[in-house]
Formats: sequence, structure tokens, C-alpha cells
Amino acid sequence: MDVWTLIGFGPNGWGDEIAQGVIVTVSLALATLPFGLLLGFFVALAKLSPEPPLRLAGNIYTTIFRGLPELLTLFLVYYGVQIGLQTVVQLVSPGAAFEFNSFVAGMIALGVVFSSYASEVFLSAFRAIPSGQYEGGWAIGLTKFQTMRLVVLPQLIRIALPGLGNLWLILLKDTALVSVIGLADILRQAGIAARVSKEAFLFFGIACLLYLALAILSSVAFASIERWAGRSGVMR
Amino acid sequence: MSALSDAAAVERPPAPPRTWSRERTIGVVLLALWAALGLGLLLFLINAWDPDIFSRYAPYYLSGLVVTVTLVGLSIVIGAVLSIPIAYARMSSNRLLSAFAYGYVYFFRGTPLIAQTFLIYYGLGQFREELQAVGLWTFFRDAWYCAVTAFSLNTAAYQAEILRGAIESVPKGQWEGAASLGLSKLQTLRKVILPQALIVALRPYGNEIVLMIKGSAIVAIITVYDLMGETRRAYSRTFDFQTYIWAAIIYLAIVETLRHIVDWIERGLTRHLKR
Repeated sequence: MDVWTLIGFGPNGWGDEIAQGVIVTVSLALATLPFGLLLGFFVALAKLSPEPPLRLAGNIYTTIFRGLPELLTLFLVYYGVQIGLQTVVQLVSPGAAFEFNSFVAGMIALGVVFSSYASEVFLSAFRAIPSGQYEGGWAIGLTKFQTMRLVVLPQLIRIALPGLGNLWLILLKDTALVSVIGLADILRQAGIAARVSKEAFLFFGIACLLYLALAILSSVAFASIERWAGRSGVMR
Repeated sequence: MSALSDAAAVERPPAPPRTWSRERTIGVVLLALWAALGLGLLLFLINAWDPDIFSRYAPYYLSGLVVTVTLVGLSIVIGAVLSIPIAYARMSSNRLLSAFAYGYVYFFRGTPLIAQTFLIYYGLGQFREELQAVGLWTFFRDAWYCAVTAFSLNTAAYQAEILRGAIESVPKGQWEGAASLGLSKLQTLRKVILPQALIVALRPYGNEIVLMIKGSAIVAIITVYDLMGETRRAYSRTFDFQTYIWAAIIYLAIVETLRHIVDWIERGLTRHLKR
């Protein structure tokens, strides 16, 4: 069979399966992003706190999830939650089986890893904002929350964007790990196609090129987001 | 004189009392949660302690650890050697050379390591006849060699960027100054540029080693029995969740030790820069 039939969208082609894999990969990364960003932001706030216990709690979080291999975190979440919920389900109704969704497991594991890295990016961005900005906000009568939302956050996002862009690219690559626990993403679909068609180099090569294309697309998107965020910024 | 300092001491406002603010409460609660989690884990491990399982699987874990460390060490060294020509090409004024190096770096940094490993391990299997003809088949048939190849090529791309960034971080005046002293290009690089560049590169290199240790867990999927592979094997035989907990503890210990070593080396090397 020639190459174009194999990667085409016809009944003998794998194009449609792999396209679905692309959708799964992108939607997993997109679903993880807001969860990871929010968690990372709060962890950064904890690490900035004047209260030692809160700082320590934040630092423990980052140390653990930056130190564990992503694949191991994924297994810990996947099997750990599965075993934990299985026991709970058994207590409620004995004999009932529980199947943990690999998409959700991937989302939790990748989100936790992402947030621990994002918290470091946010932390250094927070440190780049002079304390006069907070004092100015309080001096004109804004509450602590308003100062954060109206004064600090717009500048914070501008400073943190390049770092977050890098983390997004890492997240996109890390989604490939979720294929190991059975999520039908690019890599898994390519693997199935490779096994069936015996054209492993072709399909894994295509998978690599697809990840590369996603990375290039993301960099273009991030460049325009940075331009948009920087349009009202002052040169410092 | 003493009256003045006394007055200053008296006039200082008293420190605000440390109250149970919301932040402090949240902090203590979260810390208590971590402590409870740690304690729960400890109790779980004590509860699940089985000398039989331990004596059976501890040697496997140890050999897995050796495989992980060997794999990472070998790849980092081979990658370091490969990264020198790549970094050179990347900084070269020759358009073709620098475009090629840029493409190489972009490919290996833009695709997942696991996909690269699959491409080499499964993908090259397709060219069995060709590889047999040149006598490389025994090399690429083995998952271990494929993993070393993939990891070396991958880390070479990252290390080339680290090296390039570090060399370019040294101001141009250093090159010019050395040239005016009559040092050759190679002498300048060795005696002037690299000592300054490597201080900048130390932390990224440390991070790269940590990333490789964490990334090396994926070789378990192509049947190399590293620490992760041994863990998966132990889990599939015992269905005991503590196998994964032990792996997590070992990985965490390695990464933290490494991080502290890099910190310690950096403190020593930058002593002259502290004011």
C-alpha cells in the first residue's frame, strides 16, 4: 500500500484516527491549562506569604511535584485514585466495579505538575513588581483584593507570559505520556497504526511532526498574545 | 551618647502582635494536611511492610536504580560531546550550517522524548534488512541501546542551547580584550570565555540532569528495566501500591540530593561575585 493511502482519510487510511488523536491531545492540554494556572497562582501566593507555615506548605508542594517523574505522578494518580475510589465504592455497594477515566487522571497529574512549575514563574513575576505598586493601590483606597486584581495582576501577566509560554510547550509534550494509560492521543493512535500497517517509522515520524506543528502553532499564538499584552505596557 | 540611643530604643513602636490572621490559619491547616498525608503514608508503609516482599524486590529496585543512573550518566556524557559541534554550528556565520543546527535543536526540543524514543526503537525496526546490511541491527534491536541513542540525541539538543546561551552571555569585550593580548581563538575560548560561561551554565546543566533523570522513567515502556520498569514489574506481580510509593521516595531523594549538590557547587564557584 502506498504512503498516501495509509495516511489518507479513506477506509484503509489512518488519517482520521490520527486527526482524532490530535483533538484529544489538544483538548487534554487545554483542559489542564486553566486548572494548572489557577493552582499555580495560589501556590505562588502561598510561597510569597509572610506567614512561615503557609510558605512551607507551598514549598513542600513544589518540591514534591517538581521532583517526581511525570510518568510516575501519572501512575500514582491513576492507580492511587482508582484503588482509593474502588475501596469507597466497595463499601457503598459491594461487587460494583469502578473505572477511572484516563483523561481525568491525565488532567489531574499534568495539572499538578504544571502548577508546581507555574508557581515558580508567578513567584519571580511577583518579585519583579515593585512594592510601590501595592502601596500606591492602598494609598488611593483600594482593598487588598482590588489592588491585586486591578493593579498587580495586569502587570503580572505581562511579566509571566514568556515563562508560561515555555510551560505550555512542556505541557503539550507531556500529554504524550498519557497514551501509556490508554488515552487515544496522537502517540497511541500512531502506535496502533504502526502496529497494524507495519510502517512504524512513517507513523511515529508523523506523530513527531504533528507535535512539532502544534509547538510551532503555539509559539505563533503566544507571540501574538505577548504583543497584545504588551501593547499598553511601559518600557522599563 | 547613651541617652540618645536609649531615646531611640524607647521611641521605636512596639512590634504588632502576631494574631491568628486568615493567612496564618490557612497556612497551619495546609501544613497539618501535609503532615497528616505524610503520617498516613508512613502508616500505610508500616502496615504494608512485608519482609518477604522487601527481600524479594529490594535487589530489583537496586539494579533498576543502577540502570537509571547508568542510562542518564551515559546519555549526558554522549550528549555533552555531541552538543559541542551543534552549538558551534548554531553560532556559526555559515547560513546552511546554522540552519541545520537550528532544525536539529528545534526538532528535539519540540517533540516529546517518548515519541523520539518510539521513533528510534519501533521505527528503525522497520529498516531491519538495511540495518543488517550495514551491521547495525544488533545495536538497534536492543531497547537499551535505542534508549541511550534517543536520550543522547535529545539531551545534545538541550545542552547545545545551554552552551550557546552561556557563551553568548559573556560580553564581546572579553573576546576583543583577549584578541588584543594576542591570544588565539581557541586559547581565548579555553582560558577566558569558558571559565565565565560555565558559571552561567552550571544551573541549567543541573536542571538538564534532573530533567533527564525524570524523563528516563519512560524507558520502562520500551522494556528497559530501570527503576520505573522494576517498579511496574513489582506492581504487576504484587498489586501492592507501596511499590509506587517506594519509587516516588527514591526518585525524590535523588532529585533533591542533586539539586542541593548543584546549589553547593554554585555557591562555591560564585563566591568571588558576592559583594
